[in-house]
Amino acid sequence: MRLIKTSCNRRSFLKASALSGGGLMLGFSWLTSCQPATQDALSMPEAWFDINAYLKIGDNGIVTIMSPNPEGGQNIKTSMPMIVAEELDIDWKDVLVEQAPLNTELYTRQFIGGSQAIRRGWESLRMAGATARKMLRQAAAQTWQVPVEDIITEGGILHHKPSGKSAHYGEMAAAAAGLPVPEEVELKDIDDFKIIGTSRKNVDGKKIVTGQPLFGIDTYQEGMLTAMIVHPAAFGMKLKSVDDAGVRSMPGIRDVFTLKVLNEEYERQHFDTCAFLQVVAIVGDSTWEVMNAKKAIDIQWEPFTAYTEERTHYSGTKQTLIIPAGLETTSEHLALMAETAAESPQEVRRDGNPEAAFRNASRVIERTYTAPFLAHNCMEPMNFFAHVTAEKATLKGPLQKAELTEQTLSARLGIPVENIDIQMTRLGGGYGRRSYANWLIEAALISQKMNAPVKLVYTREDDMTGGIYRPMYQATYRAALDADNNLTAIHINAGGIPESPLYANRFPAGAVENYLAESWTVNTNITIGSFRAPRSNFIAGAEQSFLDEVAEAVVKDPIAFRLELLERARTNPVGEDNDYDATRLSGVLELVREKSAWGQEQSNLHRGVAAYFCHNSYVAQVLDLVLEGDQPVVQKVTNAVDCGIVINPDAAANLAEGAVVDGIGNALFGEMTFKEGIPEKNNFHTYRMIRMSEAPKEIDVHFVQNEIDPTGMGEPTFPPVFGALANALYKATGARHYSQPFLGKELNLG
Amino acid sequence: MALFNLTINGKKQQVDVGPSTPMLWVLRDHLNLVGTKYGCGIAACGACTIHLEGTATRSCQLPVSAAEGKNITSIEGLSENGDHPVQQAWLEHDVPQCGYCQAGQIMSASALLEANPNPSDAEIENAMDGNICRCGTYTRIKAAIKTAAQVK
Repeated sequence: MRLIKTSCNRRSFLKASALSGGGLMLGFSWLTSCQPATQDALSMPEAWFDINAYLKIGDNGIVTIMSPNPEGGQNIKTSMPMIVAEELDIDWKDVLVEQAPLNTELYTRQFIGGSQAIRRGWESLRMAGATARKMLRQAAAQTWQVPVEDIITEGGILHHKPSGKSAHYGEMAAAAAGLPVPEEVELKDIDDFKIIGTSRKNVDGKKIVTGQPLFGIDTYQEGMLTAMIVHPAAFGMKLKSVDDAGVRSMPGIRDVFTLKVLNEEYERQHFDTCAFLQVVAIVGDSTWEVMNAKKAIDIQWEPFTAYTEERTHYSGTKQTLIIPAGLETTSEHLALMAETAAESPQEVRRDGNPEAAFRNASRVIERTYTAPFLAHNCMEPMNFFAHVTAEKATLKGPLQKAELTEQTLSARLGIPVENIDIQMTRLGGGYGRRSYANWLIEAALISQKMNAPVKLVYTREDDMTGGIYRPMYQATYRAALDADNNLTAIHINAGGIPESPLYANRFPAGAVENYLAESWTVNTNITIGSFRAPRSNFIAGAEQSFLDEVAEAVVKDPIAFRLELLERARTNPVGEDNDYDATRLSGVLELVREKSAWGQEQSNLHRGVAAYFCHNSYVAQVLDLVLEGDQPVVQKVTNAVDCGIVINPDAAANLAEGAVVDGIGNALFGEMTFKEGIPEKNNFHTYRMIRMSEAPKEIDVHFVQNEIDPTGMGEPTFPPVFGALANALYKATGARHYSQPFLGKELNLG
Repeated sequence: MALFNLTINGKKQQVDVGPSTPMLWVLRDHLNLVGTKYGCGIAACGACTIHLEGTATRSCQLPVSAAEGKNITSIEGLSENGDHPVQQAWLEHDVPQCGYCQAGQIMSASALLEANPNPSDAEIENAMDGNICRCGTYTRIKAAIKTAAQVK
């Protein structure tokens, strides 16, 4: 058992406890606004007692746990409450889960991003449960007039063994709610975990498979209007004129107007990216009627001139973005990247004397990798419900970073933040796209103008052509080999439009005596944003493909070659800023070697390996291809993952499986190209997504067993797949793939 | 606008909409049956799959005028208590991640098993390739269909 001070998150516990008034807790404003998560088997209590912001206990012993973060498929709505339930020591069957409201006073970091929910929530979630458990024990001790040390808990029951007294949590909840928050609490030993580390099913599973309204797009309110927007047809364009004469009289159309999404003088924050500052809104009674008007409206666009944009980066640093004029085309992007890489790279890290090592090399291997812009293509198109009145704004919908959107919305609407209520629904996918919320601002402005509740829905075409893409990238890797086939230097030159993918201090930094990492960027007026494992989602595949090629050049097994490099990084690291743990990275490689039975050759089995560290977790993958005729088929992908303590193993495995499929899909097909500023793909008939027949036939996920505090699973299994696939394809076909998407280079799959 | 008489999930319904209105929007906007999802509007993703006389059909391409007099089933009507073998198998395999596409997946899968109670892997892939899952739950979907096939 470990004692932990409650102070680091004390504010939220104290706050909740003060709000509750120390007694019967009914009508806590945000609870009444939530739909109760009814589960058939559970009878609802007659009274709830608020213990802290994360949980309330019913008089019958049923516990409601608030899941603080929005749910977008990471299964956080199950896994986060599991941590609270563990420390509370309650049976999972007696737990109801509700989505917590957005409340930055009560909860911290209520957003999806960086695979950080479990890692950053770990302590506060445990403390929420442990604090409540301690208060229940204290309540029982006072009631029974016995020492608190003699009270133990077991699955929601308080026991006093010496006297034989026992009570369920519900019987002590009223007394517990009136107690002061303890100064320190005991956390369970990992060996005593009963819920953490066991697979628990998605708490919303039944609602999903029966089609209950869970998503933002399902929002309905009496008197609600439907709105859509029309944005410029091309990046680099702005609104010139609108002819809405014919559209206004179409059936079901209420209004057509232009709106300015952000004011020019507003100093933007990191997630205020917005491709089109002015859009045309069409408002009507039903979706189909508005869609028809959207098809009929006549809007003229014109090129804009270059401008700069002041922006505060998420890290707090101020940036000035240069937004060039012009209508951009993909072939020109490729030429521009090649030119910039050669002319103006900035040195980011240097170890030893790389120039001398390359001069003295007996062999130099140099390869260049590229990847295109990618659209997120969340299955639920961007949408938001808004009801804005003179005094307040109520919004509801799918959003990754509601707490960061509040400020922007407040500034734009002229309504103070405290009068803005953003309610979080389930997200039909996020992957980074829903970190940016221009559509939410649009919904609010439309509601404000119409003086009515409005649901704004993007068509698939609006969604896919609306910007916020994964940036376009390029990386050139060079390796110097001496006469004895030793790797003496690595040189990385990496950049992108408009962001560099380089992580200069990650492997193979630290493992090579002479090392040079350089970075560059190219400005664009195409907007970009976070996309599942930003930067890593490209650089991992490039690096792992390159190391595979170097291993082959020095005639070494690709896993053994990587382990040798990691041995150097572990025992005698080069440089001091290496930001990965070489032991843990070796660990996943060793585990995947064992679990995939690496080295056991089969005639029709072509295997590729990759390993990568990002978002605090370590992943190694072996991808097996077989050739059916001349068609490569992904037979199996074996994953070894070190994310510390695994909260919900089956859910974590599901995320890894999904990331593998997503990675293969994007590596093979993912691509957004541009012609004269116009996105060349606007729906799934042209933007190819991976389908079931192209997915691996089998995916295995193995977790390293350790007692390290948990880290995230949403992103880390995604980046290495690109490398594992490229390496397996080489084994199967003899061709190396340097530019994504791999398909379109005479390759089909499945 | 015109009145259309529909039979949805065994229940007679009347809606007053334009004849070209797709069943997707009739269900979602006019009958408040929002389990059927909008994904692409061009029958390229499968999120809006319903059963038309038992056959998996993309409701975004089915005008209300063509649905009159036919039996339509949406995800809400697939079973009375959410216990259709396909729904149960989905829960057993804990298939969903974000969950947005899953109603469409379940409607495609249940129509497949109705027509072909014991499909091969290739037949499953063929029937399901029109349904995109952006989260990539395909291996679980396939496993769940096989489980449901054993139950049926």
